Amino acid sequence: MANDALALVDHLFRRQAGQMVATLTRTLGSRHLTLAEDAVQEALLTAMQQWPFRGVPDNPEAWLFRVARNRALDRLRHGKMAADKEPAIARESATVEWPSVAPLLREELPAVEDDQLGLLFLTCHPAVPADARVALALKLAGGFSVGEIARAFLSQESTIAQRLVRAKRALRDGNISFGMPEPHELAERLDSVIDALYLMFNEGYAATAGDQLVRDAVAFEAIRLARMLAAHPATVCPRVYALLALMLLHAARFPARVDSEGTLFLLREQDRGKWDRAAIAEGMRALDAAAAGDTVTALHLEAGIAACHAAVPSWEATDWPRIVELYDELFALTASPVVAVNRAIAVSRIEGPLAGLAALEAIENAAALERYPLLPAIQAELWREAGDLERAAACYRVALGLARSSPEHRWLTSRLSLLV
Amino acid sequence: MKKFIMLLHDAGFPDDISPDQIQAIIQRYVAWRQKIQANGRKVDGHKLTDGEGRVMRGASGATKVTDGPYAEAREVIGGLFIVEANNYDEVVELSKDCPHLDFGSIEIREVQPT
Repeated sequence: MANDALALVDHLFRRQAGQMVATLTRTLGSRHLTLAEDAVQEALLTAMQQWPFRGVPDNPEAWLFRVARNRALDRLRHGKMAADKEPAIARESATVEWPSVAPLLREELPAVEDDQLGLLFLTCHPAVPADARVALALKLAGGFSVGEIARAFLSQESTIAQRLVRAKRALRDGNISFGMPEPHELAERLDSVIDALYLMFNEGYAATAGDQLVRDAVAFEAIRLARMLAAHPATVCPRVYALLALMLLHAARFPARVDSEGTLFLLREQDRGKWDRAAIAEGMRALDAAAAGDTVTALHLEAGIAACHAAVPSWEATDWPRIVELYDELFALTASPVVAVNRAIAVSRIEGPLAGLAALEAIENAAALERYPLLPAIQAELWREAGDLERAAACYRVALGLARSSPEHRWLTSRLSLLV
Repeated sequence: MKKFIMLLHDAGFPDDISPDQIQAIIQRYVAWRQKIQANGRKVDGHKLTDGEGRVMRGASGATKVTDGPYAEAREVIGGLFIVEANNYDEVVELSKDCPHLDFGSIEIREVQPT
């Protein structure tokens, strides 16, 4: 039993938690989602109380699954007994079918990917409120705690907890069943999953504030789930590849984005030697695979832009005309002011800072950008390049007033100090 | 070498503890034990069952059995380690970086050599 030399694989418990919730929910039915979740948490806590003394078991995954399964069985049996003894509960649960425990009694560890994808489709079901899907997927499929999700989202724990309760109630009330969608609804359900994973990645990727470790973990969880979609014959398609490419090509820059003091580095300033070459290679392969379809989605275009940056060895070598083209196509699809801001930066690389500022003027009043510190920060950079240091300083001060995190604040302060 | 018993009293772990945090706690205990064993010391560990246990007292022929011994303090002994050391000071030194001190207390008792 005891094997003290065994070091546990990184995030084994988080992975295993998601896997066990998925398998138990498949076996018990989605109405017993909470029971599955509780049984899994109890199994992890039992490990915490036993392993320090008895050592880590030879097969930790099997140990955890066995304990979680037994806890679930205990609770089911207890529930059945309570239903027999208590007329009130019995009436209320008269319509509840107790699941058969027979499948749970089998020893073997089940097929993993199907269960995890089944759980992902459940958490991103259209019946779940849109703002709760990412949180529910992180909680159940990803094995994140409420506190960790709250730190990644910069929310209160109570807000996230309420969101999760609403989401689970929606699943129960909607009588949503566990598993891969039927073929006729697959496209729509897959869109819902892709949207949620895109949001999940952005929560982790946008280095605006919060606990950087947990935010990185959230971004990598989105990549892990997207990889599973790309690896499964039922879900693999060009859109999934475009999503995966987009995430990988952005995530490749994580190591160069922030230094040990938490200082942000712009793309231009990043040490490209720190970029993750393996992630870039995998992202480029995914982008090739994404081109197999006949439709171009926003995901394809965003991945294409990320690829333009990832493909060149230096800022100077960037293919700006190609990037402007891609932003033009993206703006035609989305009409997003954030896209317009980024397009203006690309324009300034070709035609100079004043052309970039002119392009920004057109969108300056967009309501969506009012609290967006990046817009005045970019204007400041462009004024600085154009040689108007006074206007640059004024724009930096506006941006400082909107800064959302200490790294942003530090970065803007250092920029401002360079001017004087 | 003498034998010492380390009784680990649990004070409880935080609510809403995440799988990552649980794993990190286990790894700290494992690392602590490995460090001691790396120095050639033997460490045995035993988990005690949850609950209070029983205390027996013989009083003038009648044996009295109570729950305890820590029922009133709502504190339980989660488990124990048996380590080899020359004296209390050594065990105290070994225990200083035991992760358990973040979650509870450690009671050290020397086993009377035969």
